[in-house]
Amino acid sequence: MSTASATDTADVAQVVEEPEGGRLRGLARLQVLQIVLLLFVTVAVFSILRPDTFLTLFNFRGILQNTSILAVLGVGMTFVIITGGIDLSIGSVLVFSGVVADKVMAAQGGQGWGTVLLGAGVAVLSGLAWGLLNGFLVAKGKVAPLIVTLGSLSAALGFAQIITGGLDLRDAPRKLVDKIGFGNVAGQVPTLAVIAALVVVGGMILLHRTRFGLYTYAVGSNAEAGRRVGVNVDRHLIKVYALAGLLAGFGGILNLAFFQSTTIGGQSNTALNVIAGVAIGGTSLFGGVGTVFGTVMGLFIPIVLQNGFIQINVQPFWQQVVVGAVLVAVVYIDQARRTAAVRGGSRPRLPFLSRSGSRTRKETE
Amino acid sequence: MTTPILEARGISKVYGHVEALSGTNFDLYPGEVTALIGDNGAGKSTLVRILSGAEQATAGEILFEGKPVHLHSPTDASRLGMETVFQDLALAPHLSPVQNMYLGREVMARGLLGHLGFMDKKRMREGSRSAFDRLGATVRNLGGPVGAMSGGQRQGIAVARAAAWAEKVVFLDEPTAALGVVQTKNVIELIRRVSAEGIGVVFISHSMPHVMEVADRIQVMWRGRRVVTYRKEDTSMEQLVAAMTGALERVAS
Repeated sequence: MSTASATDTADVAQVVEEPEGGRLRGLARLQVLQIVLLLFVTVAVFSILRPDTFLTLFNFRGILQNTSILAVLGVGMTFVIITGGIDLSIGSVLVFSGVVADKVMAAQGGQGWGTVLLGAGVAVLSGLAWGLLNGFLVAKGKVAPLIVTLGSLSAALGFAQIITGGLDLRDAPRKLVDKIGFGNVAGQVPTLAVIAALVVVGGMILLHRTRFGLYTYAVGSNAEAGRRVGVNVDRHLIKVYALAGLLAGFGGILNLAFFQSTTIGGQSNTALNVIAGVAIGGTSLFGGVGTVFGTVMGLFIPIVLQNGFIQINVQPFWQQVVVGAVLVAVVYIDQARRTAAVRGGSRPRLPFLSRSGSRTRKETE
Repeated sequence: MTTPILEARGISKVYGHVEALSGTNFDLYPGEVTALIGDNGAGKSTLVRILSGAEQATAGEILFEGKPVHLHSPTDASRLGMETVFQDLALAPHLSPVQNMYLGREVMARGLLGHLGFMDKKRMREGSRSAFDRLGATVRNLGGPVGAMSGGQRQGIAVARAAAWAEKVVFLDEPTAALGVVQTKNVIELIRRVSAEGIGVVFISHSMPHVMEVADRIQVMWRGRRVVTYRKEDTSMEQLVAAMTGALERVAS
């Protein structure tokens, strides 16, 4: 059979090699390209308007620093949204993890690396615990991700406030603040940005090169199809929410390093900002499509706008208006194109509003 | 006669008050194409779902190569070498044909990288290409998402995937529904190639011409039971339609 004559198969076999990537993936790439272009134009405009202040190494370092923590959170959020889920809790989990890490480091005492490592470990584990809880409730409890993470958004912040009595803690060890929060690598590159870049590259590899990434897309694309071929969909969902929680916990220690405070009242919009970045970066809220690179680009836009508006003396509040408009416009354009590209594509319901894996077309007799 | 590769005896399935199957029998021999036909609601899809492990029978026995088996999930059926192409295809639309082909059966990279979860994309790509070639499935773009492909291509991918992994039995639930003439011809050609490899094929269809074209034997269901089995050469479309609409039962009773 392997040596079937060419004439025999010619009329039916038409495996023609085309370059990797088809229309849908081409679109995803196109959208990322669009965002890169938009970012480039924004940077260019501000650079022309304020070459002396905007276009400086100092300013770019600030932009990188401000994006770093969001980028770490964005990696986890990208995975969650590709599965068709959502995680509203990351801002609260970040605060909770920061609070627990701060308490542990204060109890341990010391300003050195040992205390820092202990704090980082505690923060990551705290985040992981919340992530596992979210994942378990979504996958096994079959509660809609929006509700589960809305619950943990509230509960994690509540616990953080119970632990602290509502007052911010400021026990970040000196090494953490000096070396991580405000330190530099190779002279000029902020350590925070280097750490974030490592997490981002790790996220890219995990998403695009490994079985974990493939299952993430598969669960978001058609969970039932995965189940039928033996993919453990529930376990994978738990892992994905655990990853998002773990990264939010890691964000907690970075946040402590940068702000030298647990910022209890300052993270209520964090999850929404990260979700906006993920969506602007071309990850579909319907699941099955998305990239970590796009998320990072999507997160830079609000930061660059805010930074630029301040420097050209526009009220920085305009940034929120512009980001809102960009978000809706980008998703609208993306959706319109996608509907045109997928054959017979009817508009699906937003999956994170429904139980996980319940999106299966009914089999009929 | 050889042992059936798959046999069902007295299978019943009750949903609440509705009896979808009432003690039906079924058999399939290696390398044959058997068509399973019947009117809407006769129980064809339910029977296939039970035989492929997607659902469990209320009563009855399934024998695989003559031995009783219990199929709790499609994975159990896969382990025995049985694969199913469901009506809704069950492909992941955002994944490529290669990713769909190997989903759940990824070829991992060798050594440490494999343990870290890295896949051998090159080998999966080559494996998919040779499977599609061998079975004559029309796949123009191995890397593009299947959601952007035509119904015929998707059907070809689904059937080729089932055939590539099945060692013993392939179930096809309405594989030619909603396909054009040329695409249907391709799928029928594909079914022939699959059975030529010694795999038993169960083919559910409403289309009598397709059934007469490809099936060796035809098993007719009516109201939850198999009422008659014909060899293709001993029957006609008129006879099949009569059996499907219960004519035999009325004569018997």
